[in-house]
Amino acid sequence: MNREHIKIKVKDFNFFYGEEQALKNVAMDIYKNEVIGIIGPSGCGKSTFLRSLNRMNDVIPGVKYEGTVTLDGKNIFAHGIDVVDIRRKVGMVFQKSNPFPKSVFDNVAYGLRINGEKNKDVIAEKVEKSLMGAALWGEVKDRLSASAFDLSGGQQQRLCIARALAVEPEVLLMDEPASALDPTATSKIEELIQELKKNYTIVIVTHNMQQAARISDYTAFFMMGELIEYDVAGKVFTNPSKKITEEYITGRFG
Amino acid sequence: MRPRNVQEKIGFFVLKLCAGLVVLILGMILHDIVSKGWRQVNWTFLTAAPSMGMTEGGIFPAIMGTFLVTVITAVCAVPLGMGCAIYLNEYAGDNKVTRLIRMSIRNLSGVPSIVYGLFGVVLFVNLLGLGTSLLAAGMTLGLLTLPWTITASEEALKNVPQSYRDGALALGATKWKALKTNVLPYAIPGMLTGTILGLARAAGETAPILFTGAAFFLPFLPRSLSDQFMALPYHLYIMATQHHDLEKVRPIAYGTALVLIALILAMNLFAIALRYKLRKLKKE
Repeated sequence: MNREHIKIKVKDFNFFYGEEQALKNVAMDIYKNEVIGIIGPSGCGKSTFLRSLNRMNDVIPGVKYEGTVTLDGKNIFAHGIDVVDIRRKVGMVFQKSNPFPKSVFDNVAYGLRINGEKNKDVIAEKVEKSLMGAALWGEVKDRLSASAFDLSGGQQQRLCIARALAVEPEVLLMDEPASALDPTATSKIEELIQELKKNYTIVIVTHNMQQAARISDYTAFFMMGELIEYDVAGKVFTNPSKKITEEYITGRFG
Repeated sequence: MRPRNVQEKIGFFVLKLCAGLVVLILGMILHDIVSKGWRQVNWTFLTAAPSMGMTEGGIFPAIMGTFLVTVITAVCAVPLGMGCAIYLNEYAGDNKVTRLIRMSIRNLSGVPSIVYGLFGVVLFVNLLGLGTSLLAAGMTLGLLTLPWTITASEEALKNVPQSYRDGALALGATKWKALKTNVLPYAIPGMLTGTILGLARAAGETAPILFTGAAFFLPFLPRSLSDQFMALPYHLYIMATQHHDLEKVRPIAYGTALVLIALILAMNLFAIALRYKLRKLKKE
């Protein structure tokens, strides 16, 4: 593993919804090909943080940023940066699976098509590759033209992962991707994350402490907009340096 | 029976009566028109021009006039209304200016149609020099339809889940691309439904076209956008109140009313069918 390579560097990062400050002075180095688990009580800013990494917060009116987030050394908030480029490199999977009302195939092909890919063979090949990458190919290969809504909840979420993979991002952001799924579907997603980190850097928000302990290499604990602790997962979960982290992970609040 | 049960019964009875009355009134109007008009409606009536001082012949120029003016109305109101709705719902934020725009649109839909007619005379007929014409009348009706189109289109856009937009943006779509490929395709049937209802209303209006383009009597069809035209609602108004021999042309008036109502009903049914299809699509 290459712990030297910093994929994303967050520095002095403040975030405001209007007057309300949601993130305070956050600094974090995110290493390449690692899984970074983000935990913290509801409203602590973990989703806001995640959505800052691909600038999805831009769609909310009245938001304001300070500080820098660099992706491979380039500040994604700098003037003249094309936010579309950022989102292609930093893919996202949402909390509630959001397949589009299209066929399984067209869902995965969507990102390719809007990015200008017209060659049918290339699209078909990448769709297959992405569905394999999301561990869904075997289950859907015979019904690629079925509506995405016909899939089960867990399959729909993996379809959304496949859709994100199709545009070949470098980083994958996941916002509680398994919170609406049953245990079997959840463990499938967790296995998948372990597989995906070979090729991607993954930042995942989760409400589930056990899940964070199981899947993350690094764990960040947020509270009230501040990054309280950020370290190797093993350390955070067995020997946290802050008392409040320990109280949270042992379930004394949250 | 206990008093509270009696109360309950009376309450329901009154409510049922209200609902029934609405249906009854509609039924009476339809019955009156259909029973007195259906004998009049035949092939000649639908395809011939009025003749013998409008006491004989058919209403073909009026049918065609209403059809043509509705097409012009659609051409004027649909792009403008949909564009306005897309801007308001997708691009404009919630601020003083957009609130003012929304309030204007709501009030616009409450303006009496005769006021639109007068406005059309001032703006289109005189100021823009279009004269009393198909184009001026169509544009006036377009204004009348605009608030309907905008409101219906905005509603349709609101019905498309935000997650379709977010999902597309997160895959690297620009705002316009997300809108074009992942929002509009699902909003357009709803937009059209509302628009057709608005057009159906416009097709039945008399006041806005009275001074802007409708003709009392024209034995031929308009040949260009600057020609005057006959229209069903205006023709009905003449046959019912302005003709020199009202008694004699009464059946023609009823026939005209029947054709007009059938036309509008057909448009509404089409809109309902479209909405039904849309709902089915959504469930999939």
